[in-house]
Amino acid sequence: MRHWIARQRYLIDYTVAAMARRKARNLGLLLVYALVVFVLASVLLYGHALRREAALLLAEAPEVVVQRLLAGRHELVDVNDLERLRGIRGVRRVEGRLWGYHYDPIASANYTFMVPPEGTVAPGTIHVGAALARTRGAEVGDVLAFRGVDDRLFPFQVAAVLSPDSAIVSADLVLLGESDYRAFFGIAPGRFTDIALTVANPREARTVAEKVLRALPGSRPILREEMRRTYAALFDWREGMVLVLLSGSMLAFAILAWDKAAGLSADERREIGILKAIGWDTGDVLGMKLWEGALLSLLAFLLGFALAYAHVFLLGAALLAPAMQGWAVLYPGFALIPAIDGLQLATLFFLTVVPYTSATLVPAWRAAITDPDQVMR
Amino acid sequence: MSVVVELIGVRKAFHEGRPGELWAVDGIDLAVAPGQVTVFTGPSGSGKTTLLTLIGCLARPTEGRIRLDGEEVSGLPERFVTDLRRRTFGFVFQQFNLIRGLSVLENVMLPAYPLAPHYPALRRRAERLLAHFGLGPRRDAQVEWLSGGEAQRTAIARALINDPPVVIADEPTANLDSQLSTAFLDIVAELRDQGRTVLLTSHDPLVYEAPVVDRIVAVRDGRLVS
Amino acid sequence: MRPSSVVLSFLVLVVTAFGGSLLHAGWHQWQGGALLAPTRALVRDLRLTDLVLFTEARYTRHPSQADRHTPFQDHPVALEHFPSGSLFGPPAHLTSHAPLDRPTALSD
Repeated sequence: MRHWIARQRYLIDYTVAAMARRKARNLGLLLVYALVVFVLASVLLYGHALRREAALLLAEAPEVVVQRLLAGRHELVDVNDLERLRGIRGVRRVEGRLWGYHYDPIASANYTFMVPPEGTVAPGTIHVGAALARTRGAEVGDVLAFRGVDDRLFPFQVAAVLSPDSAIVSADLVLLGESDYRAFFGIAPGRFTDIALTVANPREARTVAEKVLRALPGSRPILREEMRRTYAALFDWREGMVLVLLSGSMLAFAILAWDKAAGLSADERREIGILKAIGWDTGDVLGMKLWEGALLSLLAFLLGFALAYAHVFLLGAALLAPAMQGWAVLYPGFALIPAIDGLQLATLFFLTVVPYTSATLVPAWRAAITDPDQVMR
Repeated sequence: MSVVVELIGVRKAFHEGRPGELWAVDGIDLAVAPGQVTVFTGPSGSGKTTLLTLIGCLARPTEGRIRLDGEEVSGLPERFVTDLRRRTFGFVFQQFNLIRGLSVLENVMLPAYPLAPHYPALRRRAERLLAHFGLGPRRDAQVEWLSGGEAQRTAIARALINDPPVVIADEPTANLDSQLSTAFLDIVAELRDQGRTVLLTSHDPLVYEAPVVDRIVAVRDGRLVS
Repeated sequence: MRPSSVVLSFLVLVVTAFGGSLLHAGWHQWQGGALLAPTRALVRDLRLTDLVLFTEARYTRHPSQADRHTPFQDHPVALEHFPSGSLFGPPAHLTSHAPLDRPTALSD
């Protein structure tokens, strides 16, 4: 074992000394290689962390949301609908949700107005999301006025600003009392936006949803599982878009790397002949070449991945967020919880290190099996 | 440290069974005495270089047997042959065949790499050899900056790094002037005094008429000329 | 210094950085998303269904609450915001919501 290690070190000695002859070229290749890994790893890490974050958060969402549809469009639900759902076996709680959108011309932004189902917000006051507060420069105690349904101005005093730590779900929220909400949007008592169901056994959500359909023809139940799937699909889509955009440059690099790795120059071929003549066997030459490919690709992989990790989780994915998150008036400032998907990591490793290493090996093998007497001819 | 090299009915063909088939070595029986300097002479194309590659285990004979100290090597698998070769032979090539871009010191140490010796010991050995051949100050120079004589002495130092009992040199003086050729013959004498077997090919009278040479073997058309 | 020493020390350096990132992520996972707990509580208390990533429209602010025929509902391989931009149809298990899809009284 000791001898094996010593021998590998000698092989590395040679391959490094040989690579050092074209220092700029090989360092350049290493950097570009690391950059490619960096970009790929950034996209994968960011996508995975977003999906995970969404899954963790939406695990707390209502098991079923029931919407009413009228002519294919959302329609308010009636208090009688709630009563009808209460009779369904397996439903623990039925709540009418009150929420909606309001466009604020001052900030050119859309807010989500919502009545919290638990706890109350005092009349005339609101709790606002962090991004909204930032955009409007609002602090606790300030008064924000919005134009309601009949063009009337509704002044609200900001009673609280929601924690920026929760901005990913609350950045644009305006929480207000029920009476304020109904007056602002002109929604009659007994009418709700939609219905949130709490199901005693979450595994029965689908069965409950079927019963909802029978109880309320013309409604549409949305399962929590579907909400989560929506986000998985959305981030898959975003990730896919970025990867499609990158695929051109990836291919270009693949060609460059292939050319570099697989092309054995006449000089290199001659050197392999010399090494064989002075006492290296085929295994030594292959080991040396293996190290050449493995060191370059391994260094690039590790370096690129570590940089990508720092970029995504320590620097907030500054380069990627616009593509993965898209444009928005109100950007939620949020920090992703670091997460690494082992399978993704392995895939990235096998897609970067293995092809390059084997690409260096094949031509070297062809040169290495020639007879060592070539150099004498 | 001497090794007896024996060749029995050795033949070597190139492009065997194809048009242009050539028997470069065509039936040679030979025993090389240990601790002697033997020169193979003959015109170019006579097969003397091929003979040297066969003796040095760089190539396998098409027919016949080669024995080192009575042990037959022509049928051994590559790994064993390579191992035997690097422990037995040191090679000095006509074109020197140093690896460009690497330093003199690295070039000299190269044949020892697969044996993975203790690094400081190997380095000391290489430095001692370089100092002995007057290359001490040049050890970190890249080999392409060396003069012809320096390059050859580097090649000789490289051939000696594994302390082989047999040194093989192919047309060693082809790229040297008379003064450097004489200096080379001095080194050959020194190698012989150390008990090594030295095998040379040459058609340079300066070499095969030198007093250090013990035996001259003339080769023509792949056969020995008696 | 041996050439291998230079490269191997650099390798040790990047392996450390790589291992550091794994440990960092592992530590956060081990925390079990404790940092997320207040946010999860907010989702639970307010019965929230969506992330605030794109606030401009109904189907972007609350993608999960949008109509079934709006983007992201069923078309993970769509190339644009519209289902018609899909390269090929979504997998069947994503499109069939039966029996939640309402069967029509008359065959259509």
